[in-house]
Amino acid sequence: MSVYELFGRLGIRDLGARRISTGASVPVLALLVAGAVFLAVGSLMSSTFAELTVSGVAQGSVFASLALALVLIYRATEVVNFAQGEMAMGTTYIAYQFTVWGLSYWAAFFATLAIAFVAGVAVQQLVIRPVQRKSVLAVVIVTIGLLSLIDGVVLWIWGGDPKFMPAPFGNSVYHVGGVTMSLTDLGTIAVSIATVVVLWLFFQFTKLGLAMRASALRPAAARLVGVRVNWMLALGWGFAAALGAVSGLLTEPNQFVLSPTMMQPILIYAFAAAVLGGLESPVGAVISGIALGVFLNLLGQYGGYLKDSALRLPVAFAVLLLVLLVKPSGLFGRAAVRKV
Amino acid sequence: MSLLSVRNVHLRFGGITALEDVSFDVEEGTTAGLIGPNGAGKTTIFNVITRLYRLDEGDVLVDGSSLLRTPPSRVIRHGVARTFQNVELFPTMTVLENVLVGAHTDSRFERERSARRRATEALELIGIDELASRPAAGLPFGTLKRIELARALVSKPRLLLLDEPAGGLNHREVEELAVLLGRLRDQLKMTVLLVEHHMGLVMKISDHVHVLNFGRMIANGPPQEIQRNPEVIEAYLGGELDESAA
Repeated sequence: MSVYELFGRLGIRDLGARRISTGASVPVLALLVAGAVFLAVGSLMSSTFAELTVSGVAQGSVFASLALALVLIYRATEVVNFAQGEMAMGTTYIAYQFTVWGLSYWAAFFATLAIAFVAGVAVQQLVIRPVQRKSVLAVVIVTIGLLSLIDGVVLWIWGGDPKFMPAPFGNSVYHVGGVTMSLTDLGTIAVSIATVVVLWLFFQFTKLGLAMRASALRPAAARLVGVRVNWMLALGWGFAAALGAVSGLLTEPNQFVLSPTMMQPILIYAFAAAVLGGLESPVGAVISGIALGVFLNLLGQYGGYLKDSALRLPVAFAVLLLVLLVKPSGLFGRAAVRKV
Repeated sequence: MSLLSVRNVHLRFGGITALEDVSFDVEEGTTAGLIGPNGAGKTTIFNVITRLYRLDEGDVLVDGSSLLRTPPSRVIRHGVARTFQNVELFPTMTVLENVLVGAHTDSRFERERSARRRATEALELIGIDELASRPAAGLPFGTLKRIELARALVSKPRLLLLDEPAGGLNHREVEELAVLLGRLRDQLKMTVLLVEHHMGLVMKISDHVHVLNFGRMIANGPPQEIQRNPEVIEAYLGGELDESAA
């Protein structure tokens, strides 16, 4: 059996003859290249700058995972899932419980991803689907209810005291040239990127991924060519929940503690990143998340009056507001044109 | 027995009656035209047959079995495929991927290579296989209509519902479409129900024509007969015009 046939049997589609399109316009690409050049030159000139860039990418990749989860749900259900941060926090507590029971960090990690996936599917089927036909507002309110429900359940089971998990990547530090990088940051970047790549491969090259994209794009047409759209949307929630769990599990090692409020600021950053990327664009969410992480980190060092760490959240809000005012479709989104 | 049988269908949206006691049959292996002025309910009938709308009374039978308990995603398993008036393609996918979505649902366990081959064959049949790796978004409207036709054909339907396939096509493209529809009937033995405003096309290729006006069937018969039917002429031209002409 050839590799090709093997892929076919696994339901993986042909890898050849594809174009990768990001949906980005020329000015946006120019902006990205300029940003990358700026970071490269800055890093070569100053080791502090390089260190801040690396840890910024690490933080940004956490924002990117959660932003991507928001985008997945937005594409499937056309609402912003306000419970996304709390879903991530709740699943991280589940991972914590596994480590308390004696599982290693990574065993807990993968067990939690599976649980998050199933929970995401269940949430869509049990509480989102019944109200989805009524109105967008009804779904938004349900996600807010879900947010406070998860908060309440976590406080009830685990209490509000901070909890500690084993460090997944150890505490060692690398020196490259004059630049110091922590293994935690490098691990965070690697895990986020691997997750995003696996998800991208899934959506581009599997039958199920193709059917899920079809369901999000044109539900009626997808139904009539035989796609079980409701089931596909539920799977979309499952993937988003698992992705959120990754962001929660990567937030914990960066903050060294687990607390019920830990994902609340991350959700705001993820919102800002998702909107900056164009809400419908997975590529946009990932790039914007990383860019926002680096930007906030550099601002904390070189920001003059804006250096204060208390200003991180307001700055993220300012980005959100600016995008909505200047370019509501985001960097990678298409202007919404509906033909009637 | 007829392949498609629409029986005494009633459909209301709130206080508005969209379809009132609509009945008609389409015989296997024939091409039937469904015509009527704008707003007569032609697309509504397609949506009823494909289960996007739930009808209030009546029944829809395909090959003798009722579709009323079939969810929209299983209608295709009864051999019914359709196209849409305003084109419902997946814009960010390539042309081939659009057709593949239709091919995959035929059998979950079919190998990818064979699904791809069928999708490519469908594109060849329509004559657009050279566009396979292009994204669907941005192609001309006439081409999008053909991609949609290929997506419907890839599942090898017994009954094909076409919603204004000639809409937005130029004169030469309409001629090509007529030839293609003839081939579907004569070579692939496909049964076609066609909603179309292009009267020349409808009259040329239909074996039978059904006329709908304000949600009711007002006539049906062979094309030559329909063209001379006074009620049909009135529905299309309006009563006043006829009287002033007389």
